Amino acid sequence: MKLHEYQSKSIFARYGVPIPRGRVAGIATEAKQIAEELGGRVIVKSQVLVGGRGKAGGIRLAKTPQEAEELATQILGMEIKGLKVRKVLVDEAVTIVKEIYLGITNDRAQRCPVMMASSEGGMEIEEVARNAPEKIIKVAIDPLLGLRDFQARDLAVSMDLPKEHWKVFINIAQGLWKAYQENDGTLAEINPLVITADNRLLALDGKMVIDDNALYRHLELTETRDQDEEAPSEVEARKYGLSFIKLDGEIGCMVNGAGLAMATMDIIKLFGGTPANFLDIGGGASSEKVAAALRIILADRNVKAVLINIFGGITRGDEVARGILTAIQDVKPKVPMIIRLVGTNAEEGRRLLANSNLATAETLVDAARKAIAISKGG
Amino acid sequence: MSILVNKSTRLLVQGITGHEGMFHTQQMVQYGTNVVAGVTPGKGGEWVLDGKVPVFDSVKVAVEVTGPNTSVIFVPARGAADAILEAADAGIALIICITEGVPVADMMRVRRYLDQRAVRLIGPNCPGLLTPGEAKVGIIPGSIAIPGNVGVVSRSGTLTYEVLAALRQSGMGSSTCVGIGGDPINGTNFVDVLEMFEADPHTEKVVMIGEIGGSDEEAAAEFIATRMTKPVAAFIAGQSAPPGKRMGHAGAIIEGGSGGAVEKMAALEAAGARIARHPEEIPNLLAA
Repeated sequence: MKLHEYQSKSIFARYGVPIPRGRVAGIATEAKQIAEELGGRVIVKSQVLVGGRGKAGGIRLAKTPQEAEELATQILGMEIKGLKVRKVLVDEAVTIVKEIYLGITNDRAQRCPVMMASSEGGMEIEEVARNAPEKIIKVAIDPLLGLRDFQARDLAVSMDLPKEHWKVFINIAQGLWKAYQENDGTLAEINPLVITADNRLLALDGKMVIDDNALYRHLELTETRDQDEEAPSEVEARKYGLSFIKLDGEIGCMVNGAGLAMATMDIIKLFGGTPANFLDIGGGASSEKVAAALRIILADRNVKAVLINIFGGITRGDEVARGILTAIQDVKPKVPMIIRLVGTNAEEGRRLLANSNLATAETLVDAARKAIAISKGG
Repeated sequence: MSILVNKSTRLLVQGITGHEGMFHTQQMVQYGTNVVAGVTPGKGGEWVLDGKVPVFDSVKVAVEVTGPNTSVIFVPARGAADAILEAADAGIALIICITEGVPVADMMRVRRYLDQRAVRLIGPNCPGLLTPGEAKVGIIPGSIAIPGNVGVVSRSGTLTYEVLAALRQSGMGSSTCVGIGGDPINGTNFVDVLEMFEADPHTEKVVMIGEIGGSDEEAAAEFIATRMTKPVAAFIAGQSAPPGKRMGHAGAIIEGGSGGAVEKMAALEAAGARIARHPEEIPNLLAA
């Protein structure tokens, strides 16, 4: 789950990372009031969960509270990469002498978190990685020991950070690590971390992504989840614990298991069809879950055929069949459905479905070909 | 013959009295797996499966009384990391964690701890192991595979069943099928299993089923090119997956322009593996 800049920075601040004074506002007059409190010059920053806010005109400098209100009015109406701006962060404006990058993410190959720093702050780290990879310095963090001070100092030294800032930098690095660790981050990023004209280190921008699997121990964060970045069908799917990604094709897919769901999409594409979605009903899905899945697929108007591919292991064919029957009763679908049901309790499942109007298939190739033929008006 | 599990496996089931634990213990016992005990804290002293399998409060006591050499974990995600550590601490050398949804930070700590000991973890978020005709440890439906000489290793669950069924349809059997799981941090990777298959005298061919995300397939390609003498057929799932979206498995995501299916397929092909365009092509690739 991605967090907004204002949420990320307020978490960082709790762990001792210095951030600019500022507050979030949902209406323009509030932005003006915050600017007055901050003494005039402020940055008005759109809070949306995409990159490139600055280029889109979503981050602007206001010299007076009046201007802050005007800019907030403009920005609050904007859409950036399809996302509506609903909040702006109003931060005190500071004079920047130097911008650096500091971030943590998990390194899959090394199986541990890595902290990365770069003297090239302010731009996207992927861009630095492409153009000047030698400018990114990394240290691997032992998951049992945590970040050690010497590692943070190594980063400061390698970046040629002036000696007078080392102590504060180490505190910031430790704060970022603790924020990452205690909140189950999969990304925590300060970009830029700036040296101001009055020689302070300050986290001007922040970004955090939280491990979805760990959200159960951070319920305070899930309450603030921004659902704008997801399609409504994806939000609905999550309520039922379904893994669903909307695509723009014509064949709705309901599959058990992520790998098989991907392979089902792949095979549809291979034989000339287009998948409408990725949908994994998960292991051991109940009939309620299956019914919800089918409702979500059928709500997509692009869908011309539904391919149900179930290879039962932990998922039982009879449960799936019951779910399908419930959904058919509920939705009364008009699009044709093809089902392939094999594995655990598949015989019972097939028996339950014998009287419904579903086309059946023996193999995945067979199922895909039939679904494609139907979707193309066959 | 086989790797990891066989007739001498003495299995402990952690989370045996739960819904999934109970159902799959039944299936494993029916298959002929020697399930010696179960663990559910608070249910010690009970017996399950018509009084055939004793339940203990802790792995430590279960080990003392029944002497298992392998443990399979059906404990819910919140307790899974602890269950793995408990098994390792009690001296079990092979641990298979079926549980999906374990926080990645937990897995990084667990893996670092296990790496300091002689413990092999398979999973989490995996279907487990099947040595046809000998032992089933996990949730792979036993009926879909027959004994044979094809080693199967996969990041996926149900996609593996698909491949096993296709092999069987063509009259091919497998030595052992290993589901290594779909999480970004797991206990055992492709290279570990390829190494075991290469060393196993009864495995003659290998099927590898990868998916988008990470670089484990690329590492496998390197191993196949330099160390593997046995033929490998591979399928990579997620050829049609959009970048930046997590495709169900926590580890199945194309990030920062890397981890795509095309690159993985190219690396494996360059290493000499035969690449299947879809799972049902695999038997033909092995026969060729």
